[in-house]
Amino acid sequence: MNESALSPAGSENAAGTLLEARHIVKIFGELRANDDVTLKLKPGEIHALLGENGAGKSTLVKIIYGSLQPTSGELYWKGEPVTVANPAAARDLGIGMVFQHFSLFDALTVTENIALALPPGLDMADLAARIQTVSADYGLPLRPDALVADLSVGERQRIEIVRCLLQEPRLLIMDEPTAVLTPQEADQLFVTLGRLAREGCGVLYISHRLEEVKRICHDATILRHGKLVARVDPQQETAASLANLMVGSEVAAVKTAKGRAPGEPLLELVNFSMATDDPFGMSLKNINLTVRAGEIVAVAGVAGNGQGELFAAISGESVTADVSAVRLSGEACGGENITMRRRRNAAFVPEERIGHGAVPNFTLSENVVLTHHAIGEGVVRNGLINRLAAHAVNAKITEMFDVRKGTPDPEARALSGGNLQKFVVGREVVLQPKILVVNQPTWGVDAGAAAIIRQALIDLVRGGSAVLVISQDLDEIFEIADRIAVISRGELSEADPAEDMSLERIGLLMAGAHEKANQVGETATTA
Amino acid sequence: MGALEAVILTIITASTPLLLAAIGELVTERSGVLNLGVEGMMIMGAVCGFAIAYTTGSPLLGVGAGLLGGVGMSLLFAFLTQTLMTSQVATGLSLTLLGLGLSGLIGESFTGLPGIKLNAIDIPFLTDIPFIGPILFGQDILVYFSFALVAIVTYVLFRTRTGLIINAVGGNHHSAHALGYDVVKVRYACIAFGGACSGLAGAYLSLAYTPQWIENMSSGRGWIALALVVFSSWLPRRVLIGAYLFGTVWIMGLYVQAMGVAIPAQLLSSLPYLVTIVALVMISGNKTLTRINTPACIGQPFAPER
Repeated sequence: MNESALSPAGSENAAGTLLEARHIVKIFGELRANDDVTLKLKPGEIHALLGENGAGKSTLVKIIYGSLQPTSGELYWKGEPVTVANPAAARDLGIGMVFQHFSLFDALTVTENIALALPPGLDMADLAARIQTVSADYGLPLRPDALVADLSVGERQRIEIVRCLLQEPRLLIMDEPTAVLTPQEADQLFVTLGRLAREGCGVLYISHRLEEVKRICHDATILRHGKLVARVDPQQETAASLANLMVGSEVAAVKTAKGRAPGEPLLELVNFSMATDDPFGMSLKNINLTVRAGEIVAVAGVAGNGQGELFAAISGESVTADVSAVRLSGEACGGENITMRRRRNAAFVPEERIGHGAVPNFTLSENVVLTHHAIGEGVVRNGLINRLAAHAVNAKITEMFDVRKGTPDPEARALSGGNLQKFVVGREVVLQPKILVVNQPTWGVDAGAAAIIRQALIDLVRGGSAVLVISQDLDEIFEIADRIAVISRGELSEADPAEDMSLERIGLLMAGAHEKANQVGETATTA
Repeated sequence: MGALEAVILTIITASTPLLLAAIGELVTERSGVLNLGVEGMMIMGAVCGFAIAYTTGSPLLGVGAGLLGGVGMSLLFAFLTQTLMTSQVATGLSLTLLGLGLSGLIGESFTGLPGIKLNAIDIPFLTDIPFIGPILFGQDILVYFSFALVAIVTYVLFRTRTGLIINAVGGNHHSAHALGYDVVKVRYACIAFGGACSGLAGAYLSLAYTPQWIENMSSGRGWIALALVVFSSWLPRRVLIGAYLFGTVWIMGLYVQAMGVAIPAQLLSSLPYLVTIVALVMISGNKTLTRINTPACIGQPFAPER
């Protein structure tokens, strides 16, 4: 990576600001999502917008992109006051946006997806040719006639970027672009962004990953609880000082529990294979994995490579004919459902906290019953729910995990993402399971909540449990895991000790380096 | 007129209303809206069509009135589900009940009156060709229109920007909104199109199929049309196959019954459903094709953030 390529190109014409947002206020009901926020961005500048979940970053960029209207405050574009009535108006100004949750249509082709964002009257064949040229030019290879459903997450992001590039944007907004990329794909993205900045395009870059902000951004605006807290030069800050500005207090460092001798195997997958009948799913191929008492094993990988299927296979959401392929505490249980596996003192936390992990319009204590009904401290007796016991469990989770909420037992949907995640992880941890499987334990959660959750996993392992973490967050994996395996296209690499793994090696494994030799060719799409 | 010719002509008349209603509902569903009120829109089309045709003496004005009757009902549905955000399933069911009741009320004074038939288009020479003439060139305007509609809808959905937008809105309304498309407006238009087609199907019943007004004369055809859309994986050409397959088996059953073959009548009347379902399930074996053509947002309400 050529660092010098990323010096701010716009610094010589300090007079010209590209975009200025002055005193933006946005009120949703009681909540002041943006409270007097001001942001200035020059052409050719990569400007970081930092803040925890719920700090108001997304609200601010939606206002800039015209998806939301501010309650008060003004936007200036190249020094002129403007009203951005809708995204089409933003695009007319030259503002492009790459969404965190892509705005793509699975059932349409790459060309069709891009055509939808461009003005009408295009010839589709012409457009396909332009897509090919622009994508090759910027090092973002795309097949115009591919169906989005068949593409990896990294490729989908390329569609979003190419879609913006075709509109020759003056400002590109990127919402957490690297959250879904392998390290190598992220490097490629930084090269593209650097090139755009040198061509004079401004970039507004939202990220949680402070190291990369330090690496590529020229300026940073930090929000907390909807308010502007600082505007800093990220080159002059450390990742820790940026984190402290975001959170407003020191983030507790997680105390690791590494260096213990692991005990007997508690969770085993032996030559496990499972074909999917979902055309957009991923089949699991010949997976071998052992998690021992007293260790955390992490499965890294880019989303959509079989993590959901792997979790379903271990938790019992999918059962197999080959019962001995899944073993909990040494006993074959591939044919058992999730409740039977819970009775074996295993616990499972799925990826989606709302909908899958918790029922949004159930109260927290009712959500406790959903996973504790067959086990635990008698929340169900003689077929009847013991509400007192459920409330007691809820209170215990609240205390252990510092779950913040308005009333003692609100509906699950009333909690913020981080607090609900603490609740769904806490609900299983209070059972002190011998085996815990967590899919994306801290996805989209702020630093404070993430630290609490990670510490809880480590404490559980200290007590002799086996923990399997499936995560896309490599920083998290290196922080807590004893051994790391990588999943790619439904195949799992050998779980190696964390100290033997490097980011580069994981990146190669994510791109399929461990898959059978004859398959490597077709997976080399990260380019 | 030969027996085979007569059978084919009856099959066409039996299949046309199904085809019209189903192709309209297909467009509605492609935009992500499930309108279970097809039966109600159809019967309103039938009564409005008959009433205007009888009063003015013009079957073509009747066809227009049937179309408007269907559109009126569908706009009520659109207002409730898209503007007031009511449940699409409950509203659609109510629309059917409302249509059946309201049409009975409007049609009360028209019951038993002699109907006005929508005449077949007579093309000199061509219609006179034996066998082929009456079948290919002796139909009324709605039959031709139903075939044209399949071609037009196929072209628009898969070859034009309008179709791309409809599919986009039905496939992911949040993305469509983020790109700046007015999801609610697109859905209003698609619901109205579905209503127009159902209205035409109803007008066909009361002006061509049995040219008179009988209460409940749609007798479940709206539900068949709904089922055809789903079993056809939202593909217009399969709707065409499904509608004609259903019509064929149905009419054959009636003939078999009339010939006095000893098959229980109940079995014969359930046969078209069975055959159509089996056939359409068999042709929808390609899961990816089915998945790609299924509107992912179907039935989900959409409320943009403000």
